[in-house]
Amino acid sequence: MLSRTADNLFWMCRYIERAENTARMLDVNLQMSLLPQDAQAREGLWRAVLHISELQHGYDARYPAVTPLDVLHHMVREPTNQSSIYACLRAARENARAVRGSLTTEVWETCNTTWLELQKHLQTNLPERNPGEFFEWVKFRAHLARGVTVGTMLEDEALYFLRLGMHLERADNTARLLDVKFHEADGDTATRASEFYRWAALLSSVSGLEVYRKVYRDVITPDRVAELLILRPDMPRSLLASVQALTGDLARVSNQRSAETERRAGMLHAELRYGRVEDILRGGLHRYLERFLDRINDLGNRISQDFLVPLAA
Amino acid sequence: MQHPQPAPSAAYDEMVDGRGAVRPHYRAFAQWQAQEPEDAMAARQIEADLSFRRVGITFSVAGDEAGTERLIPFDLIPRIIPADEWRRLEAGLKQRVRALNLFLHDIYHGHEIVRAGVVPAEQVFLNAQYRPEMQDVDVAEGIYCHIAGVDIVRAGAGEFYVLEDNLRVPSGVSYMLENRKMSMRLMPEVFERVRVKPVAHYPDLLLDNLREVAPRSIDDPTVVVLTPGMYNSAYFEHAFLAQQMGVELVEGQDLFVEQNTVYMRTTRGPRRVDVIYRRVDDDFLDPLAFRADSALGVPGLLSVYRAGRVTLANAIGTGIADDKSTYQYVPDMIRFYLQEEPILSNVPTWRCSRPDELSHVLANMHELVVKEVHGAGGYGMLVGPASTRAQVDAFKERVRSQPANYIAQPTLALSTIPTYVRSGVAPRHVDLRPYVLCGKDIRTVPGGLCRVALVEGSLVVNSSQGGGTKDTWVLGD
Repeated sequence: MLSRTADNLFWMCRYIERAENTARMLDVNLQMSLLPQDAQAREGLWRAVLHISELQHGYDARYPAVTPLDVLHHMVREPTNQSSIYACLRAARENARAVRGSLTTEVWETCNTTWLELQKHLQTNLPERNPGEFFEWVKFRAHLARGVTVGTMLEDEALYFLRLGMHLERADNTARLLDVKFHEADGDTATRASEFYRWAALLSSVSGLEVYRKVYRDVITPDRVAELLILRPDMPRSLLASVQALTGDLARVSNQRSAETERRAGMLHAELRYGRVEDILRGGLHRYLERFLDRINDLGNRISQDFLVPLAA
Repeated sequence: MQHPQPAPSAAYDEMVDGRGAVRPHYRAFAQWQAQEPEDAMAARQIEADLSFRRVGITFSVAGDEAGTERLIPFDLIPRIIPADEWRRLEAGLKQRVRALNLFLHDIYHGHEIVRAGVVPAEQVFLNAQYRPEMQDVDVAEGIYCHIAGVDIVRAGAGEFYVLEDNLRVPSGVSYMLENRKMSMRLMPEVFERVRVKPVAHYPDLLLDNLREVAPRSIDDPTVVVLTPGMYNSAYFEHAFLAQQMGVELVEGQDLFVEQNTVYMRTTRGPRRVDVIYRRVDDDFLDPLAFRADSALGVPGLLSVYRAGRVTLANAIGTGIADDKSTYQYVPDMIRFYLQEEPILSNVPTWRCSRPDELSHVLANMHELVVKEVHGAGGYGMLVGPASTRAQVDAFKERVRSQPANYIAQPTLALSTIPTYVRSGVAPRHVDLRPYVLCGKDIRTVPGGLCRVALVEGSLVVNSSQGGGTKDTWVLGD
């Protein structure tokens, strides 16, 4: 497969995944902000959202204060914010258009229709009128994109690179989400009830609340939340599940240059596979996740160099 | 449903004769159409638009900074061609393209036709489209034009004329294929009543054709489609053809030259490329040989090509044969190379480079169609009868300052076909672009792109000028 094609496929999926995760995060935040709390705590919630996505700078340069409406505007429809849902779905569609010959008709049409519908939703102000419905729409378009990909694409390189992009982005997003929520928890002396809502929100943002109940059949505690989202191989959005899928697909696309990348991915996988949540928490979750994000970033760069934009011939 | 209206007496109507009766080859369609309620036809029209947009069959408008993607309107009423008419057209097309290929081979080798005095030397050697780089280069199978899209119009009492031979990178074939899919989806009942010859095998023919012209030593050639990229107006078609043929769609940056071989960059390392179906103009193919500022091409491609180690389809330098000033010599080429009489006629053409013809053109411009010699896409042309006096006068100035850049032709009353327009169904002018493939054999598919000028009375069918398309049905015997 052409390196450029693989690059477009990889990024197409990353952007869809990113749009979905942004929608999930904003959705949960919106629900959280409905709970009784003081103004400072509410602002903190929205600041956290910007922090997760590393958007504070861009935001502060444009807006005088952190308000839910402005944050939503910035993260949903701001074209100059590369991580806004608008920018992500546009980039996904541009990438798909560049390689539509390597996609099945259904995959391309799904991506194109998402883009056309998004413009309609933005024109009719759906995100402002009914944000919940809008975020639900984003999630379901992402579900549809994945379903149609798995359901119609030949299982070959094109699909491997699509999945590589998806899992890399997902590992990154879940780690950020965890980091911010735990960071928040460090700082304040919350009541037991607000603790519950914090973790419940985090879990729902990754569709994990029901999963948690099913797996642990017990009250929600931070260490179990961390375990579920980091170490459970059967939790689809956990770090282990994402890295495991990543490692598998890397082996499938392996070439003469990629040995070191595969080794690093394998190391990361092994650490997650055999890691214990007590050890992670003892060393500090924030430090752990920061390191994890660095390593994911490193893997992303290495995948680019090995497969997607080979520098030399 | 309205009854088809008789065409204005000036133009030949493909569907309705001069007395208002439906022509025999349209009868089955007209019967079906007459019993369809008006709103059902309107619903089909809306479905066609939605579906084209969803599939992304759009084109980008040149010069439009916003990168707007526009739909080319699709009209439900097809162009129908009876079997015997198609046979004659097909024979004429093949004859013409055969002669043009022989002409290209000749002018890049021994120049027999110039020596025989049939085509003047300056017409060839002083033409900007002549590529001295191609002199004495042997291309695979001696074929220069592998894919031709010949524009045909019908005028007067129904005679066919060739308007243009497009031998560089003719586009539009994807619309021929998508239009057929669309009409089969929207009007399946009609296909039970009318025996329409299929066109869907075009990509297979094209792939066969491209593999046949691979460099001689290669058994299992790798074919690619080279596109200028997704912002090109015909990008949809490039991607579509690559996908239909199951070959890679590459951009210049994906290819590189090493040791006199063209490679593409893949996730598994370099892979050799043997045949490039290029949809990039000559000027942009190789920055080392042609335009140095081209980022679309592949440095070193020309030298590999000249060494016969890669095939370009179409060849470099075919523009000399479809140039509007060369056009008038095509009937003589057919007589010279094939010793045959041309089956299809040329439109009479005046060349502004000749003083006597220039004065005729200037005196009669309000009645003529004046075109730029190297122009395409309906840009840089004047349709005299449809222009204001001021427009004609302004154009006269342009022609006077650079006469050699222009040719003129009589304004043909292009044939019409009833078409859905806002006020109902009304005749609109059409043309036809069938596609001719040359490999070891010369082949056509029964059909083509039928373009329709949607503005009443307009003769300009180009999609860049607001034209639409119709499906083209060639009937079985």
